[in-house]
Amino acid sequence: MTPLLVAQIGLTLFVFVMLLNSAAVMVYVERKVAAMLQQRVGPYLVGPKGLLQPLADIIKLMFKEELRPRAADPLLFALAPIISATAAFAAFAVVPFGASTTFFGLLREPMRLQVADVNVAILVIFAISSMSVYGIVLAGWSSNSKYSLIGGLRSSAQMISYELSYALALASVLVIANSLSLSDIVNRQSGTWLGFLPRWFLFVQPLGFFIYMIAGIAETNRAPFDFPEAEQELVAGYHTEYSSMSFAMFFLAEYINMVTVSAVATDLFLGGWHGPFLPESLGWIWFLIKVAAILFFYVWMRWTLPRYRYDQLMRFGWKILLPLAVVNLLVTAAGVLYFGVQ
Amino acid sequence: MTPTLNDYLVLSAILFAIGTAGVFVRRNLITILLSIEIMLNAVNLTFIAFGRALGAVDGQIIVFFVMTVAAAEAAVGLAIVIGLFRHRESLNPDSFSTLKW
Amino acid sequence: MLFYLFGAVAIVASLLVIAQRNPVYSVLLLIASFGALSGLYVLLDAPFVAVIQIIVYAGAIMVLFLFVVMLLNAPHEDTEQDLLRIAGGRRSVAAGRVRVLGGVLAAALVVELVWALTKNGGESGVFAGGAVSSVRTIGRSLFTDYAFPFEVTSVLILVAMVGAVVLARREPGTRPGRSRPSS
Repeated sequence: MTPLLVAQIGLTLFVFVMLLNSAAVMVYVERKVAAMLQQRVGPYLVGPKGLLQPLADIIKLMFKEELRPRAADPLLFALAPIISATAAFAAFAVVPFGASTTFFGLLREPMRLQVADVNVAILVIFAISSMSVYGIVLAGWSSNSKYSLIGGLRSSAQMISYELSYALALASVLVIANSLSLSDIVNRQSGTWLGFLPRWFLFVQPLGFFIYMIAGIAETNRAPFDFPEAEQELVAGYHTEYSSMSFAMFFLAEYINMVTVSAVATDLFLGGWHGPFLPESLGWIWFLIKVAAILFFYVWMRWTLPRYRYDQLMRFGWKILLPLAVVNLLVTAAGVLYFGVQ
Repeated sequence: MTPTLNDYLVLSAILFAIGTAGVFVRRNLITILLSIEIMLNAVNLTFIAFGRALGAVDGQIIVFFVMTVAAAEAAVGLAIVIGLFRHRESLNPDSFSTLKW
Repeated sequence: MLFYLFGAVAIVASLLVIAQRNPVYSVLLLIASFGALSGLYVLLDAPFVAVIQIIVYAGAIMVLFLFVVMLLNAPHEDTEQDLLRIAGGRRSVAAGRVRVLGGVLAAALVVELVWALTKNGGESGVFAGGAVSSVRTIGRSLFTDYAFPFEVTSVLILVAMVGAVVLARREPGTRPGRSRPSS
């Protein structure tokens, strides 16, 4: 076993555990922020300031009974949460989260802080996240319940519709960066313009960032676009019939998908691990800060905006967001042609 | 032992035959459409394998066109299936014989 | 080694696709088959096509299939009894004969193709060097040499889209819900 291999395996395990942790942290943050926005206290009984609340939640879920409706399709009912969780974990594999490092001289050559370095990284993320539709659709269908089925159908229509805008927003960044590799894209955002403005793609692609964030919220089925699980209409949507750990897997997948979308947004638009004051080797701190900021924005949106109506969502996606994304891509391409690649 | 071009072609031939068998044997419009997708994919594999063998980019490009055609075919085919199902509540091609003798 | 793994997965999954009675399982198995094919594309130094295969086929076309299967909610294929009820015994037996014949024809096709391919296997040999896998090259070729077919494709997509909308649209004024023709 070469040191590089050991480091790679260690990194993979580390990312896996950190993704699990991030879901737990997000549960706590979501409840605390919701409480703050609603002028409540939020969880405070378990541990100091309620910090152990996620642990209590997990224990509660683990000890619940695993239920399955008699009319459900047994194989697909068991498979659906696994597909969701697997797709969520796998998508993060190609996201770089820090500059190349030798781990304080332990390795001979520097290694990228990334589980898998693929030169078509963005497309891989896109491909894997398009697989996560199946988890939700199959959960809806195999439960054999009308609420689940409607939730599943809604989610597949919603995710396919917003995937287009999502992809076009990504494409305009690719045109500017002239690369498909996420590490290359991040490295193109180092340095500053005019001495103070960081060279983030956010400032050349404000519309792209806007479209990406909206489509990202729709892709992860978060409020105000949480139709697949709109509780006032559909009980709980596609996971109505799920309990215990299989429900926990859907829950986990939703939070990990949020983390992935935020991490990709950070890499594409916010300069990844580049930032002032910190040396390159500590860039992951900047990365974490930026991801945390976007995640906070997500939670903030959820507890501030009311849910749309379903036809409004579809009309917005197809008639406003998609044309905007197309125009944005055209203008970007024209700009790159005119000014040349930076 | 590295696979040769011929191995890919044999694999593609087998997949194509499976697709053909599906179209002949199955009596369900959706499965028939799925079998056509298998056949298209078998052809795609041939294109990519030949493109790789010739060191040319054309094989991959034709695959994109095949994918576009497959998408168009799936959209129109499924729309027809929905329309037929509304009339007869069946997906069996044998039950749509009104215009046939 | 990987070739045989992916090839076996593709063949077994495709066989199961046409052997399944439940279309939902058929669709899922076909996705597995596409995944294996996408692995083969990676082995053939075409990573871009491999990813596009997953995005377009597995991520879009198959979702459409699954959507329709779920929408129609008629998962199981008609059994022989249903066929008898629909068409009367004589026709069903004839249909059964056609199906056996179809299976034989498909088997003959695979034998013939494999025979033709293995008869002079010496010519093709292993792959030479010089794979084209860069996305840049593909894009350049697509928008120069293949610009006209590309534009024609976009017209095709538009026609398919309009056609699908027209075909699947309910006639205005008809009652929602299933209607049987009176004949």
